[in-house]
Amino acid sequence: MTPVARLLARWETLLVIAVLGLVVLGTALSPVFLTPGNFANLIAALMEVAIMALPMTLIIVAGEIDLSVESMAGLASAILGFLWAAGVPIWVGIPVVLAIGALGGLMNGLLVARAGLPSLVVTLGTLALFRGLALIVLGPRGISDFPDAFTELGFGRVPGTPIPWPFVIFIALAVLLGIMLHRTWIGRQIYAIGKNAGAARYSGVRVTRVKIGLFVLSGLIASLAGIILTSRLSSARADAGAGMTLTVVTVVLLGGVNIFGGSGTIPGVALAVIAVAVMQNALRLASVTVEVQSIALGSLLILSVVIPTFAHQAKSAIDRVRGGRPPPADSIKQGERAAT
Amino acid sequence: MTESAVSPTIADGRSPGRWLSALARQRELSLVAIMVVLGGLVTLVAPQFLTVSNLSQVAVLASVIAVAAIGEALVVITRNVDLSVEATMGLVAYSVARVLELHALDAPAAIAMGLGLGLVLGMINGVVVTLFKVPAIVATLGTLSIFRGVDYLIAGSHQVPLAGLPPGFTNAARDSILGIPMFVLVAVVVVVIGSVILRSTRFGRQLYAVGSNPEAAAILGIPSRLVVFTAFSMCGLLAGAAGILWVMEFGTINGTSATGVVLAVVAAVVVGGVNIFGGSGTLVGAALGALFLGFIANALILVGLSQFWLQAIYGVVILVAVTADAIILRRIKRAATRRSVR
Repeated sequence: MTPVARLLARWETLLVIAVLGLVVLGTALSPVFLTPGNFANLIAALMEVAIMALPMTLIIVAGEIDLSVESMAGLASAILGFLWAAGVPIWVGIPVVLAIGALGGLMNGLLVARAGLPSLVVTLGTLALFRGLALIVLGPRGISDFPDAFTELGFGRVPGTPIPWPFVIFIALAVLLGIMLHRTWIGRQIYAIGKNAGAARYSGVRVTRVKIGLFVLSGLIASLAGIILTSRLSSARADAGAGMTLTVVTVVLLGGVNIFGGSGTIPGVALAVIAVAVMQNALRLASVTVEVQSIALGSLLILSVVIPTFAHQAKSAIDRVRGGRPPPADSIKQGERAAT
Repeated sequence: MTESAVSPTIADGRSPGRWLSALARQRELSLVAIMVVLGGLVTLVAPQFLTVSNLSQVAVLASVIAVAAIGEALVVITRNVDLSVEATMGLVAYSVARVLELHALDAPAAIAMGLGLGLVLGMINGVVVTLFKVPAIVATLGTLSIFRGVDYLIAGSHQVPLAGLPPGFTNAARDSILGIPMFVLVAVVVVVIGSVILRSTRFGRQLYAVGSNPEAAAILGIPSRLVVFTAFSMCGLLAGAAGILWVMEFGTINGTSATGVVLAVVAAVVVGGVNIFGGSGTLVGAALGALFLGFIANALILVGLSQFWLQAIYGVVILVAVTADAIILRRIKRAATRRSVR
């Protein structure tokens, strides 16, 4: 392969090109597209999803999935609202909600890693359970008289800039988890588990403990996203975050994470966040409603798995035609990506 | 948990594995037993539970979910999952209702259109999973979003009112033949036809083979992709049928109809003893699972608990059912190894 082709084959490169293309398209559609204020708005609306995508990246790299994040965000919102309405100070409520998020994640983790149940079904169960608990706690009412200091967290901007605070939280978490995944032994263990859990176990990786840790992290961060969402909308509702899991999984897979586990990067997912934000903004400027945008999002989700699979097949076909040796059988994995 | 997961050699053992495996294979009976006991308890609190009108209402509502759950069971048996069923139901429901409202088609033609649309949507899932090799969870999460988006796109903010539908159409939900509600008959017919196909045809055996051991199935020359594609297509067709029943039952249909139903459908399948790892389960189980959930929903209301508890209970039911499945499967395996050592 030529160096140009190799660079082009990198998933991140394709994403950057896609983002640039969308920006050009968006600017052509509307002059306000590229203004800092507009960009800050579109980023702010996606931050809960972006924050939840970070632990989801780690979980999918480890070969599992967590569908319950949107309900955990809703449960966090409901409990925060309930506590505030019951007269509990918000600065006491927040740690309580975060602890509940970690507990919910622990429950997922124990059922998946300790009991050996498929994460897809377990988290589908807790997707219903956490949402149900949120409805039981708060019912159909909404709580909205939060103090200004709290709503500033989700709604406010870093003084003197159009940068929303949740974006700062996202960047901080992305750097933290990025270093953890790409530069520490924990990250290497996560990749090892995703590539081959059995082999990882025999190599001394404590698979169960790492997986439980990842689910706890996911629950904790989902509840943080629920708090930010409550703050940004200055309203606590039991149905907060409904439908977000789809966007979270889309962002992660679009970011080049292999759905079968074992590969993917945090910078790739961060790029995908920007790509989705730009796409949603372009669609909104083209006056496509949020509901209809889900067609684009669903297609994006499927395409982000289809394209790498076909690229890989095409590549091995070309190699075969050129008379090169076929790649070893175990490397031909469905959906394998160039980006690692 | 029937058939292929439990090999015949296990049943004649004499260890705890024996009655556990017996219990596991009798998931249908256990469900009926639980329903009878629960029903008794609920009747003590709310006597109106044990009336013909209430029970038939429960059965009618459960039949809608049961029809979708039977399709889902076919897919789960092949070790896949279809999360898009609710969007298929919603899109078919709106399309059928809208066509009837506009008098574009008469009722039989509208029903045929709805079934055809469901089949096509199921085939789309099948193509994405088998031809494009996208894992079922991602593929159907994607199509869930796409089908629902198309539903919103064509529905906009329009709502088809009950009055917009031909009166004969929605009466079907309340019709009965020989005292048995129409909907229940539909569900029973689907269960019977499906079960016969699973039991007595080559396709049925292939479905279990692909789910219980894909590699072995491939070596045996079973066309796995075609089998999985057919399972998804049938799931779409049945989701379409459930969507049509939804219109008959509820009458008022908009772009958000049937939102969230997938949880009930998957819960019904899992509770009904269809193994989520594929390869085992019956359609009777899936239908009984749907009845069980409808039963709980009804009991909740009669006992005076708020409707808000329902979703949490669905979640608990899914978790308990998969945990029980895993425990039973593990004990059976352990008992089997012990016996083979001896």
